[in-house]
Amino acid sequence: MGTISVFMPNVLILFAHPRFEQSRAQAALVRNLPKDPRVTFRDLYEIYPDFQIDIPLEQKILSEHDIIIWQHPLYWYSAPPLIKQWIDLVLEFGWAYGPGANALEGKWIFNAFSSGGGRDRYSPGGRNRYTIPEFLRPFEQTSWLCKMRYLPPYALMGTHRFSKSTCDSFGQEYGHMVRLLIEGVLDPEEWAAHEFANDYLERFKVEQQ
Amino acid sequence: MSGGFLLQAVVYLGAAVLCVPVAKRMGMGSVLGYLIAGILIGPFVMGFIGTEGEDILHFAEFGVVMMLFLIGLELEPKQFWRMRRSIVGMGASQMVVTTALLFAGGLVMGFEWQAALAGGMALSMSSTAIVLQTVKEKGLMNTSAGQSSFSVLLFQDIAVIPMLAALPLLASGATADNGHGGAHLLENLPGWAHALAVFGAVLVIIAAGKFVIGPLLHIVARTRLRELFSASALLIVMSISYLMELVGLSHALGAFLAGVVLANSEYKHALESDLEPFKGLLLGLFFIAVGASIDFSLIAANPGTIAMLVLIIMPIKALVLFGIGKVFKLDLDQNMLFALGLSQVGEFAFVLLSFIGQLSIFSSEWISQLMAVVAISMTITPLLLLVNDKFIRPNFGVKEEEELPADVIDQKCPVIIAGFAHFGSTVGRLLRANGVEATILDFDSDRVAFLRKMGFKVFYGDATRVDLLESAGASEAKILISGIDSPETNRELVKTVRAHFPHLKVMVRAKNRWDAYELIEMGENHIYRESLDTAIRLGVDVLKQLGIRAHTAQRAGHLFRKHDEEAMQKLAPERHNKQEYILRSRQQIEWQEELIREDSQIDLGENDHAWDTEPMREIAYKR
Repeated sequence: MGTISVFMPNVLILFAHPRFEQSRAQAALVRNLPKDPRVTFRDLYEIYPDFQIDIPLEQKILSEHDIIIWQHPLYWYSAPPLIKQWIDLVLEFGWAYGPGANALEGKWIFNAFSSGGGRDRYSPGGRNRYTIPEFLRPFEQTSWLCKMRYLPPYALMGTHRFSKSTCDSFGQEYGHMVRLLIEGVLDPEEWAAHEFANDYLERFKVEQQ
Repeated sequence: MSGGFLLQAVVYLGAAVLCVPVAKRMGMGSVLGYLIAGILIGPFVMGFIGTEGEDILHFAEFGVVMMLFLIGLELEPKQFWRMRRSIVGMGASQMVVTTALLFAGGLVMGFEWQAALAGGMALSMSSTAIVLQTVKEKGLMNTSAGQSSFSVLLFQDIAVIPMLAALPLLASGATADNGHGGAHLLENLPGWAHALAVFGAVLVIIAAGKFVIGPLLHIVARTRLRELFSASALLIVMSISYLMELVGLSHALGAFLAGVVLANSEYKHALESDLEPFKGLLLGLFFIAVGASIDFSLIAANPGTIAMLVLIIMPIKALVLFGIGKVFKLDLDQNMLFALGLSQVGEFAFVLLSFIGQLSIFSSEWISQLMAVVAISMTITPLLLLVNDKFIRPNFGVKEEEELPADVIDQKCPVIIAGFAHFGSTVGRLLRANGVEATILDFDSDRVAFLRKMGFKVFYGDATRVDLLESAGASEAKILISGIDSPETNRELVKTVRAHFPHLKVMVRAKNRWDAYELIEMGENHIYRESLDTAIRLGVDVLKQLGIRAHTAQRAGHLFRKHDEEAMQKLAPERHNKQEYILRSRQQIEWQEELIREDSQIDLGENDHAWDTEPMREIAYKR
């Protein structure tokens, strides 16, 4: 056990940013995504500007992928509302969860988020008082109910103070991570042992160099 | 040569079918096509038809009557009332000044004053048929030139009545045959009684329009016999004409009045679509007859006199009109169109001249020469307008391109909007509010002048012309918005763009579903039905008014819209399985049926389980 059972997994990125044209950090992540047929990038605010989500289409796309990433900035300790809308509408009772529903069983899922405040702000002593995993509990539990494997998030924290080059190096790291995902290299058990995906990736950075 | 009825019909229709498309192709408009067809089959070129052309002329004048009825239908009483100033102001000044000048000219030429006056009055008339047909064909009815032309023509229609009444007074000899056109019920009544009768007839028309015709059409419509409805439409127009004839009013005026009265009726559109083909055919016939009635042997006998008369009369009329246009502040372009358009002598002159002939005010030789002048001037008008379009307007009027400072010309607009009336201007304003400047193409010179004053980049002219599109920057632009009101013009524009600027993304306005089908067939995929979004928005608001929660109603509207777009794509190719010859309206009803059936197959709520806890509660209950 360890690596994902599918040898060549497909990655679905569900991207939500209501003001993407002004984004720096998220833009760097998106820019560095590998152009690969096994990576599907869905810009939800661009596809559903009116929040009218095409449920059957989204479910079909979900079932064609093995690894799902909710990629978004962190707003008020959560994702932008279109992600919630997507969860409300697409993860239907009887399909995603409930008796006999196992459409999503075994898929990996995690958040890739950016926040203005740094990591130290999200701790019992910081002004946000709770940790990131605590704030992301609803996503974790949603995934669990849908029999998916929820993994620690990829985080860009403290973006308010990021320079252009910091954004870029995070972007490259994220792009590298997605490539590792489609190559089937990452191990969920080891990943789950870290608080953030970033920490787990440190190891591959060294290997790379 | 006058074979049977069938042969005649074949000759007339054949000539029209051959000549009109050619004329349209050459940018000459249908009127000139019909006129040329008439000349060709007339006694002096091919000789298919002889002198019976004149009888046909009288018969076909009925087309003018129908045209005025239809124009009346489109003009609501309120609108008519708003135009009163231009009708009286422009119309009266045109009549008085033109008649006075022609009267003076007649005196100079040595006519007696009575003859000069009668001739002046007859020749001051312009041709309702030619002008309105042309203006409508060019889509210029709502421009200031179109409205002014209409005002003048309407006044002339009204003025025919007192003229016919006044002409006998000018007859020098007591040629007491006071009647024109035969039976005139009131000819022996004293003046005041006649006036009363005329007034009464007008009242009868208004009352009938309000209280008789509506209920009658309702009964007829309930029989569901389409031809009966057509018959009723014809009956209305014909009986009004007959009533007008009885009291000695102009048929056209009566029909116009009836049209105005019925403009608010719910059968307006049905009447329009039923009468339209009759009107078109009769008008075509009328133009053919005018062409055929040109007496070339007479012209050949006195070419100098007739040419001189045409060359004197038409410029006088045009100059007077131009002056009036100036007084009423038409800009140069509109004024040229107005002055040249109305410079011919019209079909009412035939009526007046033959009456004058009966009264022996003129010698019969003069009458036929003047008749020839009238016919020639009518034939020349479309040519004049063509010259105006091609040579005068581009060089003197509102320029197609504006002299802009160099930096504005260099500034590349990614968007071109063709047609800047209600639809196009809404799109344009939205874009402008968001910092997107668009290049505008429009063919209403008043609007163009105004938009330029507001700082828009505007090109003036026919958007379907490749050179105009080119100078508007179509080769560099990304998107062209085809927002013209007329679906035919929109389609033509789309075709032109596809052929010459294939890189342009075309976003096209469609009037309705049927129009959209045509566009789908042409391979377009950015089609915006003007009747779709507004109707859905209204429907959603109705749902809300009925107490359905706003968000639910909104979703329902969105789902419906999606379904409707899908149904449209699905049904578009199927329409060709239908028999082509089914009447258009009948066909539309069938399509509508098909659509509604399609609606019932798809449960609009089916996909929308959003926030629906019913199945969860069922399971919870079972446990």
